[in-house]
Amino acid sequence: MTSLTLVRRINARPSIVFDALTTAEGIAQWWGPDAGPVLVAESDVRIGGRYRVRFRLLDGSEHESSGTYLELVKPERVVMTWRWLAGGADPGESRVEITLRAIPEGTELTFTHSRLHDEESRRSHEGGWSGALRKLEALFARPS
Amino acid sequence: MVNYQRRLNRTFAALVDPTRRAILAHLQRKDGASVSELAEPFSIKLPAVMKHLDVLADAGLVTRSKAGRTVTVRLRAQPMREAMQWLRHYERFWSSSLDRLALYAKEKEAMARSERR
Repeated sequence: MTSLTLVRRINARPSIVFDALTTAEGIAQWWGPDAGPVLVAESDVRIGGRYRVRFRLLDGSEHESSGTYLELVKPERVVMTWRWLAGGADPGESRVEITLRAIPEGTELTFTHSRLHDEESRRSHEGGWSGALRKLEALFARPS
Repeated sequence: MVNYQRRLNRTFAALVDPTRRAILAHLQRKDGASVSELAEPFSIKLPAVMKHLDVLADAGLVTRSKAGRTVTVRLRAQPMREAMQWLRHYERFWSSSLDRLALYAKEKEAMARSERR
């Protein structure tokens, strides 16, 4: 298993960052790998609630990701599952964990996206694998 | 059907260990090394190196071929490439997303402050 970890220092208090991360209004402002627009943002901010985000990249392609909130501790911590619904780039479910820590200039945000263990990902994903892989390869083949 | 997800997990598990990463780095500089050549820079015994090579071979990161008494280890780049692609893909996604999130939250903070005044 591996994970990607990113840290950002943000000039805003943790509660503001938390809302930006979890509310549909907030998500619509920042979600996506380039400046393309967010087309749909839905977020049911409670444990077990779902979020769904559809966005368009500058190259015109549309992608959609969604997941479930596993942990919500305002304004400190969000854990959610992640999977691609359309324009997919990952054959299975992964996990996103965000922690917020108050610092003098605002908030230190630590973000981790991890792949799940074999067992979990097998359970959460049966079949349809090769199609997902083809999409994954197509996405990577695109110049960034 | 090849299980892509499982393969990736094995790759990442293999890459966690610094000695194994150093072995891969060595092979990247000079592909096709003998086991004793690979063991040389580390203060560990040959059997320990063999164990690391087992893990790397299971993950499909290296291949071993025997000619006479010499085992030659070679790099297999494909699993590594897949793992790196996964990381690169999400790094690009999240890095720019979080940059925009930071800007947005900063604006909200400024708004909240001016409202209070």
